[in-house]
Amino acid sequence: MTLPLILYRSLRQHALSTLVTAGSIALAVGLLMVVWMVKAQSQRAFVETSTGFDAVLGARGSRLQLVLNAIFHLEASPGNISSADFEQIRRHPAVKAAIPLAVGDNYRGYRIVGTLEDLFTKVEYSPGRRYAVQPGGRVFAGAAHEALVGSFAAERLGLRLGDTFQPYHGLVFDPANQHEETYTVVGILEPTNTPADRVLWIPLAGIQNMKGHDPKFATDLSAVLLQLRTPQAGFMLDMMYNRQGNRLTFAYPVGAIIADLFGKIGWFDRVLALVAYLVAFVAAGSVLASIYASMSARRRDLAILRALGARRHTIFTAVVAEAAVIGALGALAGSIVYGALLAGVARIIRAQTGVAIDVLAVHPVLWIAPLAMIALCALGGIIPALKAYRVPVAETLAPTS
Amino acid sequence: MLTITDLRKSFPSPEAGGQPVEIVRVARFELAAGQQLALRGESGSGKTTFLHLIAGLLAADAGRIDFEGVDVAALGEAARDRLRAERIGYIFQTFNLLQGYTVLENVLLGMSFGSGRMDRGHARAQLERVGLGARLHHFPRQLSTGQQQRVAVARALANRPRLVLADEPTGNLDRRRGQEALALIREACAEARAALLLVSHDQDVLGQFTYVRDFADLNRPAAAGTA
Repeated sequence: MTLPLILYRSLRQHALSTLVTAGSIALAVGLLMVVWMVKAQSQRAFVETSTGFDAVLGARGSRLQLVLNAIFHLEASPGNISSADFEQIRRHPAVKAAIPLAVGDNYRGYRIVGTLEDLFTKVEYSPGRRYAVQPGGRVFAGAAHEALVGSFAAERLGLRLGDTFQPYHGLVFDPANQHEETYTVVGILEPTNTPADRVLWIPLAGIQNMKGHDPKFATDLSAVLLQLRTPQAGFMLDMMYNRQGNRLTFAYPVGAIIADLFGKIGWFDRVLALVAYLVAFVAAGSVLASIYASMSARRRDLAILRALGARRHTIFTAVVAEAAVIGALGALAGSIVYGALLAGVARIIRAQTGVAIDVLAVHPVLWIAPLAMIALCALGGIIPALKAYRVPVAETLAPTS
Repeated sequence: MLTITDLRKSFPSPEAGGQPVEIVRVARFELAAGQQLALRGESGSGKTTFLHLIAGLLAADAGRIDFEGVDVAALGEAARDRLRAERIGYIFQTFNLLQGYTVLENVLLGMSFGSGRMDRGHARAQLERVGLGARLHHFPRQLSTGQQQRVAVARALANRPRLVLADEPTGNLDRRRGQEALALIREACAEARAALLLVSHDQDVLGQFTYVRDFADLNRPAAAGTA
């Protein structure tokens, strides 16, 4: 009971510096965990976000650009492919399903993508999960001026069933470039936590025949999403389009292409981690500095405790334990900082890409970072503890007589 | 119970160019179990150092401090800490209460380093004994000087000591409160069957004791430069 009492009272007596120090530790621990988790979770989420397709076929260009454009609805399309190319791949015996996409318009910054009804009726966007339309709605029909809106886009744009909108030309919102056509919202998708949530889906023919688009390319497509029958088919098609052909690009496998992207931007994670480590060391240093700075004020109390019979090692332990407790308080608050930061980051990632990262995921860093921080603080406590250890009792306590 | 023989203690002195100057040289001193004895001494006479040596707060340079069969002067620091925690109570002139701790916690800490236990009932009883039963959760700064001295008395007796050392315990109190405090210390020690060794230069205090010795007769340090 003695040590907890000494710890409690000491922390109370130096409440302000305890709070400030614990706060800086909380930031350090929170930051460290967020950097790790965002890295791990976003990588996992992006790599797993294939929206149910194995490969993408598009115009000659970067495979990454093709995947980002067709799967994540980011970036511009590298170019168009003809309807003949689409027919060819659709009929290929190795292809299980082929869904064409046409992009090039937006509604207030949210992409309008033309496709076939099959995407919503025949495809599982992740194993065992199909797109579902919210009650009262339905998938757009044939070539009608109808739209099926992703949940996130509908929420942000304030679109409801029966609402109408006029698309804007291009992928970037420019109020001066509005098309004449009016589309009616006939359905809103249930959330899928995939990039599809950020898209306004309309019939393929809608984009192709939009007034203002060049009629010469009316049958062109931006990309084709593909489900393959076997992995071997992927290698075979890769050979056919990428090695032997020179007009089209076959992006396969989708997950590996995104993983490759994360590999390329790995240096950024390392910089962030380095910053987090530095913050952690500065925080541990502040524990050392704050306890050390208060040592002259504590001298008398320590000498009194010694006079009451506390041994030197008890005093030493008390100071190290105090540093560790400050570290523990900081680590505890750090998990709150972590939760808040991660939720914020997840919202941003969701808003920008439609990809949902799992904020409740468990990772060893969630216990290693707090424990390491507590150990680092205890280590920082050793220097002031040595000073406390050496407090001369008789000299500190009494005027001699 | 306490027998001191040939006890010596020197400190380096700036006036002597850093050379050690002897502060304490006591050839022989005895205190019986339960005895209450006052040492008369002026400021700077080395009597605080003498008490610190007995309490084991300072290590002796030479000599024996035989306390209930244990030579305190021969013990290492940790063993002296333990002995002090278990068997000695100390009352300081400046009280030396822990300002960040409540009255009750001050007394609890007075007993915890010896046994390792905090007997709240005993601590409360000690504080009630000195008339502070209603101030258990006050902090020292919320008490009068006299009340603070009573907390110091309760704390010194909390570990059921065999010997209580009191260093000018009434030095910071006015005459009336000093008399009350002294009476309390003496009664409490008698009740606890603890011996009391008190040092003071106050004639009013010394006059209360049956046994009074002049510290100047007892302590005969070597002159500077000869230690």
